[in-house]
Amino acid sequence: MNEPLKIQELDKVVIRFSGDSGDGMQLTGNQFTGASAHRGNDVVTLPDFPAEIRATPGTIPGISGFQMQFGDHAVNTPGDFPDVLVAMNPAALRANIKDVKKDGFVITDSDTFTEAMIKKAGYADDVDPLDAENVLHKQVIAAPITSQTIETLKDFDIDKKSKARCKNFFTLGILFWLYDISPAFTIQWLKGKFAKKPMLADMNIKVLNEGMLFAQNSGHFQSQYRVQPADLKPGMYRSVTGNEACGLGLVAASNLAGLDLFLGSYPITPATTVLEEVAKYKDHNVKAVQMEDEIAGVCSAIGAAWAGYFACTNTSGPGIALKGEALGLAVITEIPLVVINVQRGGPSTGLPTKTEQSDLMQAMYGRNGESPMPVLAAKTPADCFHMTIEASRIALKYMTPVILLTDGYLGNGSEPFLIPDEKDLPVLKVTQRTDPKGYQSYARDPETLAREWVKPGTPGLANRVGGLEKDITGAISHDPENHDEMVRLRAKKVQNIENDIADLEVLQSPHGDDILIIGWGSTYGSIRNSVDKYQKEGKGVSQAHFSHIFPFPKNTGDVLKKYKKIVVAEMNLGQLAPLLRATYLTETIPLTKIQGSPFTEKEISDVIDTLI
Amino acid sequence: MNAESNFTKKDFTPSGEVKWCAGCGDFGILSQTIKVLSETGKSPEEFAFISGIGCSSRFPYYVDTYGFHTIHGRALAIATGTKIANPDLSVWVAMGDGDGLAIGGNHFLHAVRRNVDMVCILMDNQIYGLTKGQFSPTSFRGQKTKTAPLGTMEDPIDPVALTMGLNGTFVARTSDRNPKHMHEVITRAYKHKGFSLVHVLQNCPIFNDGAFEKESNKETRADATLMLKQGEKMLFGKESEKCIVSTGFSPKVALVADVDEKDILVHDEHQAGLGHFLAQIQGENFPKPLGVFIEREAPTIDQEYVTQNNSVIEKKGRGTIKSLLEAGDTWTVG
Repeated sequence: MNEPLKIQELDKVVIRFSGDSGDGMQLTGNQFTGASAHRGNDVVTLPDFPAEIRATPGTIPGISGFQMQFGDHAVNTPGDFPDVLVAMNPAALRANIKDVKKDGFVITDSDTFTEAMIKKAGYADDVDPLDAENVLHKQVIAAPITSQTIETLKDFDIDKKSKARCKNFFTLGILFWLYDISPAFTIQWLKGKFAKKPMLADMNIKVLNEGMLFAQNSGHFQSQYRVQPADLKPGMYRSVTGNEACGLGLVAASNLAGLDLFLGSYPITPATTVLEEVAKYKDHNVKAVQMEDEIAGVCSAIGAAWAGYFACTNTSGPGIALKGEALGLAVITEIPLVVINVQRGGPSTGLPTKTEQSDLMQAMYGRNGESPMPVLAAKTPADCFHMTIEASRIALKYMTPVILLTDGYLGNGSEPFLIPDEKDLPVLKVTQRTDPKGYQSYARDPETLAREWVKPGTPGLANRVGGLEKDITGAISHDPENHDEMVRLRAKKVQNIENDIADLEVLQSPHGDDILIIGWGSTYGSIRNSVDKYQKEGKGVSQAHFSHIFPFPKNTGDVLKKYKKIVVAEMNLGQLAPLLRATYLTETIPLTKIQGSPFTEKEISDVIDTLI
Repeated sequence: MNAESNFTKKDFTPSGEVKWCAGCGDFGILSQTIKVLSETGKSPEEFAFISGIGCSSRFPYYVDTYGFHTIHGRALAIATGTKIANPDLSVWVAMGDGDGLAIGGNHFLHAVRRNVDMVCILMDNQIYGLTKGQFSPTSFRGQKTKTAPLGTMEDPIDPVALTMGLNGTFVARTSDRNPKHMHEVITRAYKHKGFSLVHVLQNCPIFNDGAFEKESNKETRADATLMLKQGEKMLFGKESEKCIVSTGFSPKVALVADVDEKDILVHDEHQAGLGHFLAQIQGENFPKPLGVFIEREAPTIDQEYVTQNNSVIEKKGRGTIKSLLEAGDTWTVG
């Protein structure tokens, strides 16, 4: 054994795991994330799935990725450029090598660099992908990962293919050693996961340890590295993806409201895992119903909401398009409904597994008639929990459907979630009328303008609602003046929510009011990091990030007036910017990107640099 | 139905005006439905009537229960949510042939397949009435309508055959001009636990008058219909002189006098095979069967949700926000 190496301290590290869909890279990334988070680092992740579940192995379309950043401070994003690339085959190397930082590590499985695999990856004949020229300024560790794994497991009585399948734990072992992270988290996980097949646990643990030994003894690394725990708020944490957080938020909101949850939904990438998450909680008497199509998903939820239950539907953009007519029904009948749109690249099928923010206009206006619906947006995976509860609060209090926008990046990405105490969560006030005296279906609360909710089955209150315009008594009315009044009342009810939401917060620069960068949704982290950098450099660059888009927070106009230049960063062709211009007559500078991936800090800085 | 019912038809009749055209078959269907409701012993608020769009979809406004007049084609999807959320409600869906089988066709398939416990009254007039006279998915091939001036070029759906094909648990057909039979069929549909299809041959006096004249007219209906009665021979005709016999897999009409009595088919609502066979009886030379084609027991989706949830709650206890959030791999900072 060699002498113990010196350990170097780092403030943050970005790792990208890449391999065939079947190489277990998501799992490897998640294990590294879990172990790092348990150590106390702040961690943000971003999985990158191919659109095909199992494209031809060894080809670039089949490459699945998982990027994560861990740090000794709030890292906010999964990082721009990896310090370490794990590439389990030549295609993974070819697809990702260009992003690796100068002098970054490339860990790859030399056993996969056969002539056939190199060809499949699309390299020209006679090219050695690991030749210095092709991996310029990178530190390449080409380890015989597959053969070492099989060799490690030679005493196990199981076929070679099953042995080879453990190779991702060899890789994980290398990384654990390199970043001085204890394998205890993963060992415990393996023991739990394979409680009924202890041999599989033993095999993976053995390979994991072997990977660590390999890293230590092979002489590839001159140093170990360590990232100290971050200064996170004290409390209990768990790791959540945005979709898990939405699911947890819905179940928590149902508990807070004292109403059973009904989720009517239909599978669609990248939103499906919200339904999967909620379906777990039968102990909360949740009814998660997979309907026959998107329309049936929202319609069943509307039927449940009308029946007096806490009802929701979740989908992605194409699903919202299909649900549009039914959402109008929820608007005109004024029933509470939470609608979660995990946005993806569009139009049409577009880029189903990639992220985008191009459904804001659809959320605002994608229905026939004057059909206002509050629109909210979550900014980080953990924020998805809180914004789901906020959407629920508004829906239940104002008797209205509410759209919560997240996106594929938030939905699949993860970060540590500070588990809130129940007493710190908002009270969701729900009253359902039981007094038959003087009831009118469309009589309104003078403050919220919400109509009353009556649960069918309540004696003496039988009434009819529907998609036809009604007067205050609930009778069908084609009277033009009544329609005018009802349209204005519904609009006013939603606009009034501005009195009941948090102000737009500004991360104010102490160095002046030169530039305000505005964003909404998942762009928060990259904008935040970029703004931090400018503020540290003494520049007058501030950040404001919208959680409530319709209605806007009341102080929005005042905030906008204060800055010389306003940049609106969004992953679309500009959808928030025109809303701001229409509402506040504010000219803004667009910073847009539609590439299916989040902004890098550099992409933001490149634009800001030109404005300073 | 329930001798102890404290309710009368009046309790289920709202004050507003019913706005169907004079002579519309829907009036009779409404009247028999209200009669059945008043006999169940349940109070009006225990019922939920849900509809989509179309003439017949005005139904919820005309029964004094909880009602939801929704959007075109979606009544069954909405009603599925209502029933799964609250299985204690008696859920009824009123739909027409266009609403239920064209724009709402997909939901129809799945409501039947899931066996949602509800009564579905399908008022079939073989035409679009509210939009004033276009063909529907039950219009016969060659039917002349505003959108098919030379006649339609497509075959119709037979709602009974469709529902039998979906393994429906209660499938029945009746006629708007036969109140007694309609009352009997709707009562049975209400009592059935599961998805009950009541296919009503309904006349539209304005846009498709007389579509079912043969089956409805007192003079002709004895020859044009076959009244299915449990355990009884399949006889029809004014003097019950005609019968249905089976030749292999095909039905055949014969004169009772010409056949051996034991060859005459006997109706059995519990035999799906026979129900399928009867659903296929169609054409000029055959009577249209009316009555219950099938009734069978099967789990309903609404109760399945209750059963699964209860079993988990019994085992694990009712979840709390704490148990929800403090689960999985957690760690503590500070």
